[in-house]
Amino acid sequence: MPTLTLIEAVTLALDHEMGRDKEVVILGEDVGRNGGVFRATDGLQDKYGDQRVLDTPLAEAMIAGLSIGMATQGMKPVAEIQFMGFVFPALNQILGAAARMRNRTRGRLHLPMVVRMPYGGGIHAPEHHSESTEAIFAHTPGLRVVVPSNPSRAYGLLLAAIRDPDPVIFLEPKRIYRIVKHEIEDDGEAYPLDTCFVDRQGDDVTFVAWGAMMHETLLAAEMLAKEGVSAEVIDLATVAPYDVETIIESVEKTGRCVIVAEAVRTGGVASDIAAELAERCLLSLIAPVGRVTGYDTIMPYAKLEGRYLPSVDRIADEARKVMAFS
Amino acid sequence: MQKLASFEVNYLQYLDEGGKPANDLPDFADDHEVMVGLYRSMQLLRHLDARAVALQRVGRMRTYPASEGQEAVGVGASSCLSDRDVLVPYYRGTAMMLGHGVQPHEILLYWGGDERGSDYQNPLAKEDFPIAVPIATQMLHAAGVASAIKLRGQKDRAVLTEIGEGGTSEGEFYEALNVAGVWNLPMVCVINNNQWAISVPSEMQTAAQTYAQKAVAAGIEGLQVDGNDVIAVKDAVGKALDKARNGGGATLIEAVTYRLCDHTTADDASRYEDAKARAEAEKKEPLGRLAKYLLNLGAVNEKQLDEFAVAAKAEVEKEVKIYFDILENKPQPPSAMFDYLYAELPERFRAQRDEVMRRGGE
Ligand SMILES: Cc1ncc(C[n+]2csc(CCOP(=O)(O)OP(=O)(O)O)c2C)c(N)n1
Ligand SMILES: [Mg+2]
Repeated sequence: MPTLTLIEAVTLALDHEMGRDKEVVILGEDVGRNGGVFRATDGLQDKYGDQRVLDTPLAEAMIAGLSIGMATQGMKPVAEIQFMGFVFPALNQILGAAARMRNRTRGRLHLPMVVRMPYGGGIHAPEHHSESTEAIFAHTPGLRVVVPSNPSRAYGLLLAAIRDPDPVIFLEPKRIYRIVKHEIEDDGEAYPLDTCFVDRQGDDVTFVAWGAMMHETLLAAEMLAKEGVSAEVIDLATVAPYDVETIIESVEKTGRCVIVAEAVRTGGVASDIAAELAERCLLSLIAPVGRVTGYDTIMPYAKLEGRYLPSVDRIADEARKVMAFS
Repeated sequence: MQKLASFEVNYLQYLDEGGKPANDLPDFADDHEVMVGLYRSMQLLRHLDARAVALQRVGRMRTYPASEGQEAVGVGASSCLSDRDVLVPYYRGTAMMLGHGVQPHEILLYWGGDERGSDYQNPLAKEDFPIAVPIATQMLHAAGVASAIKLRGQKDRAVLTEIGEGGTSEGEFYEALNVAGVWNLPMVCVINNNQWAISVPSEMQTAAQTYAQKAVAAGIEGLQVDGNDVIAVKDAVGKALDKARNGGGATLIEAVTYRLCDHTTADDASRYEDAKARAEAEKKEPLGRLAKYLLNLGAVNEKQLDEFAVAAKAEVEKEVKIYFDILENKPQPPSAMFDYLYAELPERFRAQRDEVMRRGGE
């Protein structure tokens, strides 16, 4: 079984699905000859040809709009936006057209398309290369938003995203593109898009995180274990529409919850989960729900970005706070 | 059937690849001081880029986009700017920025990951935009500044902006040209056609024969110049800016050059670039061409050229020292991430600012 990084798992899933389903095409800036600026599509143009791995002109609205048109013809475009910070020209297409097509035509047309993009901070990248704006997509009904937190999940969730009959925004946490490896069998097994994953069992506090923040959150859970605090850690994985039942079940057991997100604090997915908990399990909660998030400001450039990203300490401190409450 | 419209695209070159005049030269080409000044600006940039790339390799610089091989475009163009003009640069616009008063250490600070690199201290650049990283957004900002100039009836002012040939595929590029045409805006856009948009070659970017002709559909003038010939660039941009300042409207100038470096320090061009094409392009390189011209003109001798190189290196080292000094001795406090968000930080965010400061040492 090959041992793969998250980015290699992305490539493997793309390769698997292109081999299995000839309707799958890849398009984007630098995805062909160069194999993508992060090498997600490395080798795929050589293998499948330039009619299935398309280097496009430089225009994001075009990439998204073309994908919509292709998808109505039964193709399965997997578009790459080079960095999440450059998706904005495509929002008119993704939010304004892709998310609504099935509903507008009462099911006559639907869009089996995926828009992949690297996202998040922590790699000392230039301005506009580090933001986490998943809430924009999560706020738009008609889209699924999926974020893998490790190589196995990248493989299984990307397969599911490509096979899904509706548009999926697939956000790849680039900070962890290469930090861990998993043994992955190329068995074509997709993961479900309607459940989250309980990655650590615990009794005292429930952590909910996704993407790169799973890494710090699991470290914080380990740190807390040494202090005698037993933390449960849930990987949200599908950020929208998310599986609230698993979270509620966990919080009914632990009575405490801390949600961890790299994105800014205001109007984020973390806030939405907190609201669900307030509505649905008030009587099970024995402490206020905590949030550890990026600050409400522009993602700083490289010099200060470390001060911006939620750290293991910040996460553990929040858990200590809710533990101290009761 | 009756012919309704037709167009032509002119190409301008004064110096051939060997640095010999291929055409009747404009007046400034005989002015030793002007021509030596252009040479020295190009050389300074060449050294600054090399130093920045070297700093990146040892971890003292973040991702950096060099301008190697394209120096004549930005140096020639920005030499035409006055203190009343406004520059709206893109990320590979170092040459233009230096030409309008931005300091080399500010360039280093920006790419080193410090926001203060966009707080230009020279009054010449006080209204200039910070670089645009999201491609083509700058085109509309330039059109907006030009609109303000036009609406206020200001004379003798114009806007200069720059974009890569890949960037001309974005919708915002066309939107800006279009409004510049209908509103007769005082702006000049230079396309740095360096043949590559990261790994995507120019022929995969457009089916048009030139980028200059993208002006035609907007009803503005477009022309192509040899972007490795600083005399051609300066001549074309100078005339276009004059036209803009005098109510004559916008111009699109495609400067044909070649990217003699990786896209940025994060790129490896050997993955997609043919080594032969690169070697061919080296022969047309702008700095050597200008040196030959200056020697023939008698404006300089070989010894002076060597002295200029030494002086350029010394100047770059001085700026690198300033850059290091700022990073090491005057780092931004973490609270700086909140201090420029609004005129006054909303009450709601104060607690977060306090937390950043409290955790400052982490
Ligand atoms: C809207 C947007 N999309 C994608 C990118 C990523 N990107 C940065 S540079 C580049 C290629 C640009 O090529 P070109 O316009 O020719 O300019 P050059 O870098 O060659 O000067 C790309 C795709 C970006 N910065 N902005
Ligand atoms: Mg280019």
